[in-house]
Amino acid sequence: MATIVSYTARPRRITQALLLLAAVAIGVTAYALVWLGRFDELPPGLVEHAVGALVVAVVLQAVVMWRAPYADPVILPLVVLLNLLGIAVIASVDSARILYQDRSSAVADRQMLWAGLGVILCAALLVALRDHRWLRRYTWIAAVTGAVLLLTPLVPGLGSSRYGSKIWISIAGNSFQPAELAKICFAVFFAGYLVSRRDTLALAGPKVLGIRLPRWADFGPILVAWAFAMAVLVFETDLGTSIMFFGLFVAMLYVATDRLSWLVIGAVLFLPPAVIAATQMSHVRTRLTCWLDPLSSENFDRCGQINAGLFGLANGGITGAGLGEGRPNVVPFAESDFIFSALAEELGLVGAFALLLLYLLLVERAFRAAVGISDGFGTLLAAGLGFVIALQVFVVIGGVTRVIPLTGLTLPFLAAGGSSLVCNWIIAGILVRLSDAARRPAARQVPGAPSPAPAGGSPAEAIA
Amino acid sequence: MSELTIVALRLGFVLALWLFVIAVVIVLRGDLFGTTVVTRSSKDPRREQRPSAAGAPPTAGGGAARTDPAVTATTLVVTAGPLRGTSLTLGSTPILIGRAPECTLVLDDDYASNRHARVFQRDDEWVVEDLGSTNGTLVSGRRIEGSVPFRPGAQVRIGRTEIELRRGPR
Repeated sequence: MATIVSYTARPRRITQALLLLAAVAIGVTAYALVWLGRFDELPPGLVEHAVGALVVAVVLQAVVMWRAPYADPVILPLVVLLNLLGIAVIASVDSARILYQDRSSAVADRQMLWAGLGVILCAALLVALRDHRWLRRYTWIAAVTGAVLLLTPLVPGLGSSRYGSKIWISIAGNSFQPAELAKICFAVFFAGYLVSRRDTLALAGPKVLGIRLPRWADFGPILVAWAFAMAVLVFETDLGTSIMFFGLFVAMLYVATDRLSWLVIGAVLFLPPAVIAATQMSHVRTRLTCWLDPLSSENFDRCGQINAGLFGLANGGITGAGLGEGRPNVVPFAESDFIFSALAEELGLVGAFALLLLYLLLVERAFRAAVGISDGFGTLLAAGLGFVIALQVFVVIGGVTRVIPLTGLTLPFLAAGGSSLVCNWIIAGILVRLSDAARRPAARQVPGAPSPAPAGGSPAEAIA
Repeated sequence: MSELTIVALRLGFVLALWLFVIAVVIVLRGDLFGTTVVTRSSKDPRREQRPSAAGAPPTAGGGAARTDPAVTATTLVVTAGPLRGTSLTLGSTPILIGRAPECTLVLDDDYASNRHARVFQRDDEWVVEDLGSTNGTLVSGRRIEGSVPFRPGAQVRIGRTEIELRRGPR
């Protein structure tokens, strides 16, 4: 005896509008509070900032009502709030630099421009991509594009090396991190590839020690993905990007096959290169030392950044120093890599937990869309994109708070950086499209459908 | 601006941030969708009421709900097997059932063939057709050859999966 109950999702567009308004109000308030705290006056461009944020909200709401009426009502408000909070914290870093160090710094203004571009691309994606399954046609094109993008920093003359990692390309003075765009391409490729291969990956192969090992023929792709991650690690010397790609692949493999063995194999495969990186690469070794023991007297200067970040967190305490009243300018790269310590200093533990919950809710909505969607490609894509956001948050915040060694990834939507912000907005657009597909009720009335006799007077929902 | 005002604004801001988080959670709490399977025992009337209490058409207007074309559609539901609880709205296109990924209903079932069976519409009635599967398709317990009519209430068994045709509110 079982009862099957179908709940149809409501569009909830008014809820989304209200949440968007709340997000804009909170984000703009944060921006104003930064200047109130720092200079005791309202920011000069407050009206423009508020109008800009409001326009963004209206555009997103209109596009969603037009092209994705059943989309999840909370994804976009969460993303807008995260982005505005990021801008406020970056403005705080900027203003602290101006006030305490007499340096000119206008990262926040640039971040607003990038946010505008990201929103435009997100809206364009929602308008152009009517059905997420269209992406499946580009499975192999996405693979090639992703691989090319990932390897472009190695092209002499195009790639540029910074802070020990070669993951930037610079064209006409503008630098860009192609790995961010490659992330989306690879998510599309993995989803398209795994959805057609998951049966052989899941079912075939010998069983050893209770876990089912894959056949050698099925092992090829995972080795290729592994080799790519290794190439990034060895030639671009960037552990963060390499972890992100390999983690994305292993996680999507796990979602596709539901076999724990893939997670074990993935972890085992990643161990030797991580050890090699830790012993052979000087900047990785430094980070390892700074993870385990940054505060001892011989390491204190070498680990200045992470120590400054830790002191920032301590200065914040439970309730925080207050927006615009911390000293985020002390931490190097407080606007990008260490934005979490800047935020936690000014908003305290209370605010940092609120931020983590915002991320948690965003990732949860991605996974919910993955569960609700009816085709395997959509499930894998939504799960992969959700996982990659979660992984980035874990790696960055874990690095800043000394849970894991520091690796250079960006906090999605928050950290300063054009390529990261724009690509994350594209991911947000894809997630909205996927959630719309997951929640859209099937055609309610089927023309010409036969009307079978009701089954013996039992309730329509119940199955005897 | 006085110190006190700024402190008040600061605390108010953190409060607003948390209120936003709570508002999102409240929205999600009221945002159920999809299908759930409730195992029902006849001794538990509370559970039996659950479908009507949870947004399905009210029982008082049950007759009206059944004849109202807007809420009535013919659906294919899976009543047993790994996909229990899945339902598909039947349209004019045939529904392919099997293990191959291109099927409409993809079964994760070792006893099902890649292209196992097809459900389609012929002369105003639904028909289930076996596509030469290895382990066969059973309609009401009998193995079928070729295509037979698929009447509402009849159980069709494919491997470990059982499907049924019924009119259900969407």
